[in-house]
Amino acid sequence: MSDTRHPLASRGAPGGGAYTRHDELARGLGWFSIGLGLLELTAARGLCRALGLRGRETLIQAYGVREVATGVAILMSHDPTPWILGRVGGDAIDLATLATGFEDDNPKKTNLAAATAAVAGVTVLDVICAQGLIGQKRLSPPGAFDYGDRSGFPLPPQAMRGAASDFEPPADFRIPEPLRPWQGGKA
Amino acid sequence: MKALVWHGTRDVRCDTVPDPEIEEGRDAIIKVTSCAICGSDLHLYDHFMPGMKSGDILGHEAMGEVVEVGKDNKSLKVGDRIVVPFTITCGQCEQCRRGNFSVCERSNRNKALGDTAFGHTTAGLFGYTHLTGGYAGGQAEYLRVPFADSTHIKVPDGISDEKLLFLSDVFPTGWQGAVQCDIQPTDTVAIWGCGAVGQMAIRSALLLGAKRVIAIDRVPERLQMAEAGGAEVIDYNTESNIVGRLNDMTDGKGPEKCIDAVGLEAHAMGSVDAVYDRAKQAMLLETDRSHVLRQMIMVCRPAGVLSVPGVYGGLIDKFPIGALMNKGLTVRTGQTHVNRWTLDLLKRIEDGQIDPSFVITHTIGLADGPEMYRVFRDKQDGCIKVVIRP
Repeated sequence: MSDTRHPLASRGAPGGGAYTRHDELARGLGWFSIGLGLLELTAARGLCRALGLRGRETLIQAYGVREVATGVAILMSHDPTPWILGRVGGDAIDLATLATGFEDDNPKKTNLAAATAAVAGVTVLDVICAQGLIGQKRLSPPGAFDYGDRSGFPLPPQAMRGAASDFEPPADFRIPEPLRPWQGGKA
Repeated sequence: MKALVWHGTRDVRCDTVPDPEIEEGRDAIIKVTSCAICGSDLHLYDHFMPGMKSGDILGHEAMGEVVEVGKDNKSLKVGDRIVVPFTITCGQCEQCRRGNFSVCERSNRNKALGDTAFGHTTAGLFGYTHLTGGYAGGQAEYLRVPFADSTHIKVPDGISDEKLLFLSDVFPTGWQGAVQCDIQPTDTVAIWGCGAVGQMAIRSALLLGAKRVIAIDRVPERLQMAEAGGAEVIDYNTESNIVGRLNDMTDGKGPEKCIDAVGLEAHAMGSVDAVYDRAKQAMLLETDRSHVLRQMIMVCRPAGVLSVPGVYGGLIDKFPIGALMNKGLTVRTGQTHVNRWTLDLLKRIEDGQIDPSFVITHTIGLADGPEMYRVFRDKQDGCIKVVIRP
């Protein structure tokens, strides 16, 4: 067998964890989502006032529930990818909601523009994170690794068929007697 | 010493931990010369298996040199070279005397937990949750082996670690998976999963004389390795109807024998039940994904055999019990009774009938373990089997 020492052997980080930067980013976005969600839930009236979106308090609180649920799912799930993708969708809804506030009579348009820019920035992070998480699980294309000679046998596989026929399966590992070919009741 | 330590979901670190010590008279301590990351370690890494605690040392495939022996251990001496079976066996209880080593009645020191989880306790396992004893694992510089006078495989010098290490788990597990099928020369054996256990099951089924072996996976390099071992392959990236394809390949009758070398993290794309399983698992409404089991039950030829070496940990849903019962299928499951097979398998290695090192794709040091867990989990870099040299 050829030398199988892997290039990673020379660049490990003793004591380090196994999270990639995209995993770390996902965790950060999870905590951010929970924080933002709690803010939306508890300070919806203040947020709406600051953004000139009066009358949308219930909607903002609903978004808060969504943010908290998504954040918890990101932090607790085995694979955060679908939840990060869910955040991207949520960002789009948030941006659309903010866009409805850009009316001539809104005196808080400056605040609204700042909030829109912030959400747009987080959206970029969400997209980068989602792409990274998807990319790190993308399988190699066929032919990228050549294991075609790794049979483990000294001869071609077809020549090894039945080479262990000297092995006698233990009685308790054999097909139950009722399922063996019937001998017409004879042993 | 250095060891790979579990700290939480997808959080494995190379830490400095206290050296192990002799605790019981039958113990031994080995200096680990080689160990491996197993596919079932990924169930711990992803935290699908319950019963892990932060600080647990991982690893249940290890071998090395005996450096200390307990006072009651008359089978080993310092300097012996041993492979350590992943199942800890007392060698004296009723189950051990029957050869059912993986359900040893005495080696799980958390018997009450095992009784609660599974109805009755099973054997203690190295580095594999507190449900099975919470024993420190072998991805470390040193390993304490409890009941070491019966939990060992003495191996000769002159054969490389790479050829012998897999006697600890994946080789006998693949072998038992095939033996459980009681393979006949007329049999077609379908094997789900082409990881290390699947690869060993493919070779075992061929050696035991199966007429055809059909392997199912989605990772190109794993399928290529399966073909190298004599299997016909189905890539479920391109073939969505596995049951239909297997029926087509067997004149509509289905394979006589089916082996699940996947277990609880079955990955499938596009099928309704796979999406259902993912959703229920995400909501903690089921623990295991049983896509492979469902396919096996539906496609297996009536009166056939299902063999399940793949690891399951808890509860599944939408289990086609009607098909299982009415088709008269035999189901054989279980962790591997390692010691039951190892003398025979060691001889086959010594005779050159098979060289299990074919499956090794990466050899690393302990410090690279955390990163390699991720690479292995994500099936990156052509990774099929990782050997660690502490």
